[in-house]
Amino acid sequence: MFRNNYDNDSVTFSPQGRIFQVEYALEAIKQGSVAVGLVSKTHAVLVALKRNAEELGSYQKKIIGIDTHLGVALAGLAPDARVLSNFMRQQSMSSRLLYNRPVPVARVVNAIADKAQVNTQHYGRRPYGVGLLVAGVDETGPHLWEFQPSGMVLEYRGASIGARSQSARTYLERTHEQFADSSREQLVLHGLKALRDSLAQDKELTTANTSVAVVGVDGEKFKLYDGDEVGEWLEKLGNVQSSRGGREEPAVPEETMDTTE
Amino acid sequence: MNHLPEAWGRPRNDVYGSYDHSYLQGSHPQQHTQQPIVTGTSVVALKFNGGVVIAADNLASYGSLARFTDVERLKQVGTHTVVGTGGDMSDMQHIYEKLLDTLIIKEEYQNDGHYLRASHIYRYLSRVLYYRRCKFNPLWNTILVAGWDDGKPFLASADLLGTTFSSPALATGYGAHLAIPLLRRACPDEAAVAGITRERAVELVEECMKVLFYRDARSLNKYSMAVITGEGVETTGADGEKKEKVHVEWRKDIELANQSWKFAENIKGYGAQTV
Repeated sequence: MFRNNYDNDSVTFSPQGRIFQVEYALEAIKQGSVAVGLVSKTHAVLVALKRNAEELGSYQKKIIGIDTHLGVALAGLAPDARVLSNFMRQQSMSSRLLYNRPVPVARVVNAIADKAQVNTQHYGRRPYGVGLLVAGVDETGPHLWEFQPSGMVLEYRGASIGARSQSARTYLERTHEQFADSSREQLVLHGLKALRDSLAQDKELTTANTSVAVVGVDGEKFKLYDGDEVGEWLEKLGNVQSSRGGREEPAVPEETMDTTE
Repeated sequence: MNHLPEAWGRPRNDVYGSYDHSYLQGSHPQQHTQQPIVTGTSVVALKFNGGVVIAADNLASYGSLARFTDVERLKQVGTHTVVGTGGDMSDMQHIYEKLLDTLIIKEEYQNDGHYLRASHIYRYLSRVLYYRRCKFNPLWNTILVAGWDDGKPFLASADLLGTTFSSPALATGYGAHLAIPLLRRACPDEAAVAGITRERAVELVEECMKVLFYRDARSLNKYSMAVITGEGVETTGADGEKKEKVHVEWRKDIELANQSWKFAENIKGYGAQTV
């Protein structure tokens, strides 16, 4: 009866000037679990909340290493992220083979942006249903980029994507001035605090559902930390529970969330 | 008029006559380069404390004929690099004008603070050379890449087979036989580079160019020289973007000075003299 006639393909504008297929793709990101990224002068960090489909199942991978200086966190359709990350790995390898140079972060991000934009301009294609946070280090320092299926990419000091990412964003907006001079550990903790703010009611950060990845200038290679490897950070974080109530325990007051180790 | 699709866009046979297919496909198989035709001879280069000096003469020979005497065989690529080429001059022009110019223009268009340094250019050239030899259609050149890279002087060689190597003293062609031993006397290894001043390095390369002109029958008494020096890192732009400060100083149309042909009197075995 009131069917939307303007969302059959990604090349038709609605009378209001919208392209619904692209907007749906952006919605798909919000269905994915949250991922947070942030940068200091020396490091770029990704943290993400993994989901398992059922209690007995394994957790969906959220952070993908691209190269020794580069990696992505995803929110949305994992298969689409796989396509994009494989492409980024190819770009990365070809840069090393042809120019003996780790691919500059901005270049590889613009390459996937071009790929994604083409999908919004051809009949019979669909936009990627995934958003990415790309963290990496190159000759111009550490970088964090957000990629959207519309083909838009923007560089950030701190960014979050996925379900309830607004809460993480609020934390980042409140604390971003501390990021630049943060140590590696402080930066990871900032990321985890932002991630914690995005937890759903009754959920908590555990070694099973938390992924952390760090890359640094001066040769610290991109490394993904999963499972027990994040235990120490979660201990430092103290409270790992959602602050959205549902539990008797009150949210930890701001003072105890000290950023120093 | 022929309205069939295969005739579309072609000159009409009734007006222009039918197409001579012998032009389309000759009776010979397509041949790849099997020897260079117009050739450049040696390129000589030496590292010193704080930079690299590279030189090549301005001659392009057609066999033993000194055909072109105003050929520039050195080329600056980007801000950090000078490449010098020996071997086939048409292949050199292809590399310089089609490949390297395009490469640098594309890199500059990005305008993102990244730039190709000597080692990047070197890797690119060696991949192109190896790619072409794998197609059994080599670019018939030996290339020296001199520049400043990551706070150090850079010098390396790549040839038509895709062979790559690096040394503080390098020369191509005849110079590989005559100049390298002379340069190695002053600079036997990487450690010796620290003890060589810029003036000494230029002097040594000038001496090599002279010896090469004496003994290499495909050389010229006019040559070009480039001196690449680095001075650490400078900060440019509002966002504190860092870029290495590199100077490339050019000397062109250098005439060979202080020649002495006294040794020629002792050369026996040619011409009308009785030995």
